[in-house]
Amino acid sequence: MSGMNEVTGLFKGLGVTFRTMLKGNVTTQYPHEKEAPPTRARGVIALKEENCTVCMLCARQCPDWCIYIEGHKEKRPPRREGGKPRTVNALDRFDIDYALCMYCGICVEVCPFDALFWSPEFEYSEPRIAELLHDKDKLGEWMETVPEPLPLEAGAEKKK
Amino acid sequence: MTAVTDRQRMAYIATQASEARVNVELQTEDMTLNLGPQHPATHGTLRVVAKLNGEQVIDADVVCGYMHRGYEKLTEVRTYPQVTTLINRIDWLSSFANEVPFILAAEKLMDIEAPPRAQYIRTMFFEMARIANIGLFLGEMALQVGALTPAFYAFRDREFVLNQIEAATGGRFHPNYDRIGGLKEDLPKGWVAETQAVMKRLREFCDELEGLVAGNVIFENRCRGVGVIPAEVGKAYGVSGANIRASGVDWDLRRDEPSPLVWKDLDWKVWTHPDGDSFARYWVRLQEVREATLMVDQMLEGLPAGPIQAKVPRIIKVPAGEAWVHTDNPLGEMGFYIVSQGGLGPFRCKIRSASFNNVSVLPWLLRGTYVPDIITILASLYFILGDIDR
Amino acid sequence: MIALVAAVHMPYWLETVIKVVVVLGVIPMMALMLGYVFLMKMMSHMQSRLGPMDAGPHGVLQLVADGVKFLQKEDLTPANADKWVFALAPLLVLISTFLLYVVVPAGPRLVVQDLNTGIFFALAVSSISVIGVLMAGWASANKYSLLGALRAAGQLIAYELPLVLAVIGVVIQAGTMSLQGIVHAQEHGAVFGFDNLGEPFILTQLVGFLLFLMASQAELTQTPFDMPVAESELVAGYMTEYSGFRFLFFFMGEFGTAAALSAIAATLYLGGWYVPGVHGTAADVIGPIVLITKMMLVAFLIFWVRFTYPRFREDQLQAFAWKYLIPIALANILITGLLKVAF
Repeated sequence: MSGMNEVTGLFKGLGVTFRTMLKGNVTTQYPHEKEAPPTRARGVIALKEENCTVCMLCARQCPDWCIYIEGHKEKRPPRREGGKPRTVNALDRFDIDYALCMYCGICVEVCPFDALFWSPEFEYSEPRIAELLHDKDKLGEWMETVPEPLPLEAGAEKKK
Repeated sequence: MTAVTDRQRMAYIATQASEARVNVELQTEDMTLNLGPQHPATHGTLRVVAKLNGEQVIDADVVCGYMHRGYEKLTEVRTYPQVTTLINRIDWLSSFANEVPFILAAEKLMDIEAPPRAQYIRTMFFEMARIANIGLFLGEMALQVGALTPAFYAFRDREFVLNQIEAATGGRFHPNYDRIGGLKEDLPKGWVAETQAVMKRLREFCDELEGLVAGNVIFENRCRGVGVIPAEVGKAYGVSGANIRASGVDWDLRRDEPSPLVWKDLDWKVWTHPDGDSFARYWVRLQEVREATLMVDQMLEGLPAGPIQAKVPRIIKVPAGEAWVHTDNPLGEMGFYIVSQGGLGPFRCKIRSASFNNVSVLPWLLRGTYVPDIITILASLYFILGDIDR
Repeated sequence: MIALVAAVHMPYWLETVIKVVVVLGVIPMMALMLGYVFLMKMMSHMQSRLGPMDAGPHGVLQLVADGVKFLQKEDLTPANADKWVFALAPLLVLISTFLLYVVVPAGPRLVVQDLNTGIFFALAVSSISVIGVLMAGWASANKYSLLGALRAAGQLIAYELPLVLAVIGVVIQAGTMSLQGIVHAQEHGAVFGFDNLGEPFILTQLVGFLLFLMASQAELTQTPFDMPVAESELVAGYMTEYSGFRFLFFFMGEFGTAAALSAIAATLYLGGWYVPGVHGTAADVIGPIVLITKMMLVAFLIFWVRFTYPRFREDQLQAFAWKYLIPIALANILITGLLKVAF
C-alpha cells in the first residue's frame, strides 16, 4: 500500500465530499415546497364526458381492466325535420379504479373520440383504498387541470 | 488472459473432497450461512446458501424465484400494446431498454420499419436507460463495499436523466414509449438543449466517482483479484454485458448484431478489461456510462427530421411466424423470442434476461472466497431481481 | 461563579457528587451534539441533502425524539441468551466511556481528578469496552453476532497498540503523563523562540496525531474500520439482538467515546483548553468552550473520513495495523526521544 498515487487518491476522495458539503443540497422539502412535474407527466386521467360515445375501447384495452363503464341506448330527436329519432349511447357510469391503474396510457391513446386526457396532478392519495375509485364527476373535475399539449421539438413532423 | 486463481483451484478441490466426504461421514465442521431473501446486500429477494469453513466459502447455492411474476404467461393473454406496458417492469431500472427487443421482434414479424427519426430517438432513450441504470450501479456498488456517500451522488445525478425521460414520455421509470412502427409522440420543444446540459452534468458525475471510488485505494484492495471470472467460464455460463467484457471478451451486440437502431452510425468504442475481477467490472461500467453520454450527444446533434411513426393499422395484428431479437441491455444481453399465430397478442413469448445467466455463475465463483467477498462479488455482478425471476 | 465555587472549600463527598453529576450530564449532551452535528447534518450535506428538518428548528430535537422512541420499544431478550451477561454488556461499554471523562481537563481547575498517570489511565479504561463487545456477541446466542464480536475484539485489540504508541511521543515531549501537565507543557512551550503563543504538539507530533486519529477511528469501529458493525452480511454485528434502551446505551457509548477520544486528541495535540492570552479564572470560564471547539474540529476529521471511504476487509485491516501503523509509531517514538535528548 505504498505509493503517492494511493495517498493522492485518498485525498481526492476527501476533497469530493468536502466540496459537495459546501455546494448545497438538492432537497425539495415536500410538502412545504413543491416541484411542478413536467407537462406530460402521467398523473391522473381526466374524462370529457360530452365526447364519450360508450364505445368501450378503453375498458377493453386496459391491461388491468380497471375502467368500469355502463351505458344505455336512448332515443334523441332527429337532426332534421321528418327524420327518424336517432339512437345514441348515453353514459351512466364511468369509473377508473386508481388502485389498479398502471398509468400506462393505453386508454388515452386508444380513445377514438378524444374523451380521455392526461393531467400531471398527483396529489390525490386517500386514506381508504375504496376512495381511489374515481367516478364520472370526479374525472370530469380533473379536466380543469389538463394542460395544453406542448409544442414539439424542431424537426418533428407537423400534425395535419 | 484471466487466470483462475490458486485459491479458487484449491477451493474447488476442497469442495469435491467435502462433497465426497458427505456420503461417508457426518459433516461436523461446516457452518451454513443463509444470505436469506431479505438482506441488504442482495438487490432484492435473492437467496444465497453458503457452506462456510470458518470464513471461507466451501460451497454456495443460489435460490431465486422469490419474485417470479409469470411474465411469459402474462404475455399470452394480452395484446401487443398491453405487453409493451408490462415488460417495462422486467428490469425496472433500465426503463426503456426493456421495450426495445420486444418491439423490434414484432416489427420484424410485421415487416415494418420505423422512420429514421424514431430510430434515433429510440437509440437515445436506450442509452439514457443505460446511463440511469449503470449510473446507479456505480454509486451502489460503493455502498455495498462500505462507502455511504457515492450512492447518494448516484441517486442525485440519476434524477436529471429521469427528468428528461419524464419530460418526453410522461413516466420516469416506466416510459411505455415504444410502439410498433415508431414511438408514441415526438419530443417537446427545448428537450434537445436540456438533454445536452444533462449529459454534460453526467460526465462530471463520472469524473467525480472516478476520483471518489475507483481511485480509492481501499476500494481497489477490496475489489482487485476478487471474483475473477475467466473468459471461458463466463462464456460457458452465458454471462453477458459488462461482466463478460470485463473478462477481456470483446463482444457487444450493439456493434456485432445488425439492428435497425442507429449504433452503426455513431462513433463509439467498446470497453474491455483483461482482469475479470470485481474492479474490472466496476471500471468497465464507469467507462460505458461515459461512452453512453458521448453517444447521446452525437445523436442529439444528428437528429434527423421527419415523422415519428410509420403507417400502421389501427388494430395491430401481427402475422404468424417466429422472431428472435436480442440487444445489449444495460444489464447484459436481453432477448425476446415471439411466436405469433396472427392474433392480437403474441401466442408465446420467451424472455431471455441477462441477470439469470449472470447469477448462475455464482456457485462456481463463490467457492474459495471469504464472506466479505461474497458481498463484493454480488455487488459487482449487478443483477436486478425482476430480471432474474421475471 | 466558578471562582466562587473554587474559593469555597467543599467537603470531599460534595465535590465528588457534583463532579459525577456534571460528567453524567455532559456525556449524553456530547453524544447528542456530536450525533446531531456530524451524523445528521454534516453527513447529509456531504450527500447533497438536508437531513432532519422537522423535529425542532433544523431538526435539533431529532435525537431527543429518537431517544424517546428507543425508550418506548419492547425490551427483547433472545430465549437462549445468557440473561445477565446480555444485560451487563452495554453497561460495561458505557462505564468505559464514563471513566474516560474522569481525566479530561476542561480548564486549569476543571477536571474531575487530575491523575499523575492521566493518559495511561484513559487508554487503559478505554480497553474495557472490548470486554463489553465480546460479552454482547457471546450472550446473544446468535452465530452472526458472535462472528461480529470476534472480529471486533481482534480489531479493537490490534488498534490499541498504535493508539498507545502514538501517545508515547507526546508524553516524551511533555515529560509527564498527566493531561493537565501536557496542556501546561503546550502552554509554556516555545515555537522558534516565540514565547507567548505556546506550542501545540501537533506541530512536532504530526505523525503521532495522524496515527492517533486512525487508531481512534478503529477503536470507534467507524468506517473504514467498521467490519464488526455496519456489515451487509452480519446486519449489525454484535449489536444485532439489542433493542430499545439497551441499543441506546451502545449508541451513547459509541458517540460518547468519540467525543472523549476527540477531546483527548485535542488535549494532547491541540492544546486542550488553552488559548494564548487567557490565564487564571478567565481560562476556567473560556476553557470548556475552547475545548469543545477543538474537540469538534477533531471529530469533524474523524467523521469526514467515515463518510468518504469504503471499508477494509478484516485481514486487510489487521495487516494495516500490524505492518504499517505500529512500525511507524515505533519510529516516531525513536525520533522524538532522540530529538528530546539532543535539544
